[in-house]
Amino acid sequence: MPCVELRRVSNFICRNVDLRVEDSGILVLLGSTGAGKTTLLNVIAGLVEYKGSVLFNGVGVDEVPSNKRRIGYLSQSLALFPHLNAASNIAFGLKTRKNPSSKVKKRVKEMLHLMGIEHLSDRYPYNLSGGERQRVALARALAPSPEVLLLDEPLSSLDYKTSKYLRIEIKRLQQKLGITTIYVTHDQREAEEIGDKLAIIHNGAVGQVGTSEEIFFNPLNKQISEFIGSPNILCCEHCRKLVKGLVEVKSGDLNIVVPDNGNGIKKIAILPHDVYVSRNKPPGPDVNRFKGTIIEMESLVNLTSIRLRVGGHILLAEQPTEITKELNLQAGDDVHLILKMPRIKTLSTGL
Amino acid sequence: MINRLKPVWGLLPVVILLALWEITARLELFPGHIFFPSFSEVMQEFFSLMAGGLLVESFSRSLFRVLIGFSAGSVCGLLVGILMGWRELVDRSFGPIISLIYPIPALGWLPLLMLWIGINEMLPIAIIFICSFFPICYTTATGVKCVDKDYIRAARTLGASELKVLTGVILPLALPEIFTGLRLESGMAWRVVIAAEMVAVPTGIGALMMRAESLVRIDIIIVCLMVLSVMCFFFEKCFHYIEQRLTAGWR
Repeated sequence: MPCVELRRVSNFICRNVDLRVEDSGILVLLGSTGAGKTTLLNVIAGLVEYKGSVLFNGVGVDEVPSNKRRIGYLSQSLALFPHLNAASNIAFGLKTRKNPSSKVKKRVKEMLHLMGIEHLSDRYPYNLSGGERQRVALARALAPSPEVLLLDEPLSSLDYKTSKYLRIEIKRLQQKLGITTIYVTHDQREAEEIGDKLAIIHNGAVGQVGTSEEIFFNPLNKQISEFIGSPNILCCEHCRKLVKGLVEVKSGDLNIVVPDNGNGIKKIAILPHDVYVSRNKPPGPDVNRFKGTIIEMESLVNLTSIRLRVGGHILLAEQPTEITKELNLQAGDDVHLILKMPRIKTLSTGL
Repeated sequence: MINRLKPVWGLLPVVILLALWEITARLELFPGHIFFPSFSEVMQEFFSLMAGGLLVESFSRSLFRVLIGFSAGSVCGLLVGILMGWRELVDRSFGPIISLIYPIPALGWLPLLMLWIGINEMLPIAIIFICSFFPICYTTATGVKCVDKDYIRAARTLGASELKVLTGVILPLALPEIFTGLRLESGMAWRVVIAAEMVAVPTGIGALMMRAESLVRIDIIIVCLMVLSVMCFFFEKCFHYIEQRLTAGWR
């Protein structure tokens, strides 16, 4: 399988994009709607005009038309041909490459089996559920054994459970086939779960490339930090094992209990909406509960972000505006806050 | 409830209409019996015309013209329409010309063609050709252009050549639109051929009707009208049936 490289790619949306996906790797393009993620996929597929170059294994493919690029492309709409049943849809890419019909039949059967959809082979797309369509479309894209797989928000139209299940399946398939994959999504969780590496796409340019940890703990600039939810990042001075699986880390004047990752912890991060603010001392054990002072508050339509001073740190909390109103919080108030332990992310290397 | 009725019941209103017609004519509710023959008298005339061979001859003339003119017109219309929808260059070159000529009513060509072709068998065929070519070309081009670009892109990434994209994806998906054009225009061809035969060509059903008019044979006129109605209905149903067969399963 080739590694895929983009060198200084520009067009009506993209601005000087340099990207590299390793052989058999999976890169997630993460960005908000309209950032240019789909356009980048179309560039790699050769479906739109662009300047710059796309290389498969170091060889430029700019002159190669999309039907010769050996890619599998799953567009957001899936584009299953409505006039063909599932089996014929899967066979389409095999027939165009002039395979003998016995081989086509065999391969279609194989793909139906691989995706676990043998029972759907005679059904037409209008007669399939969202998840079934997704599987047929994926089988169709994979049937001609492409070298590069492009997936454009493949799970965005599915319900949470199905999408979570298919996500695992896609990851498993990708690893099994070892196919170089580029996966587009706007969902940060999905990106973290599926990708070896993430590329944040913003305004048609690459904002940052790295593992999800690298980006989460070390966002390159404010835009990226805001995009991933403006996490509170705290450095740890030393840590102490409590019981199996739990560690107490000391950061400034705070002793915070976090899940143990077994390698020592250098930094911890928590997203603002996982920090709870309350006026009274919350009941329960005194773990990850601290006293702080509100420095300032900013209300958006239905979310209020609260800046707090807590034991030498400045933390950002976020909660629904109605709760803030109910608690009648004001700048300068002393409050209690809780850090939701399972949501605290930890980092062992010193990025 | 209505959906559950058998198709036979669709004939019921027609039967009632015919019965009302028979009764009003028999009771002579309208003055001048000669201007309003009863259904049974019309059917009698129908059988005698069939026996004399006049109706069959006139009808087969008209049918022949419709078949030749319509098939030639629709085949050309389909070809040009597909090219126009598929290749932008063809669309840009032919589109403006066709959109200028398309709105001219087919019968408007009659005086010109009478002088160019003369009064012979080619005249009604040419008129039918014109009346089917332009609309079919137009609807076909639209149908081809309307195919969702996502399908075309998907086909390309699946390795399809341009020709395969056309035959494997675009044409099957444009079929419903194309058949709507064919169905409507097949009926139109009949309307046009009758009009041409009434004013210019001395043979065929249209001409028979004009002759019956000059002899005040209302029964013959009504026979002709009934034959035409059944024919147009039959043609449209035929195309409807073929369309259903071709798109069975996925629509």
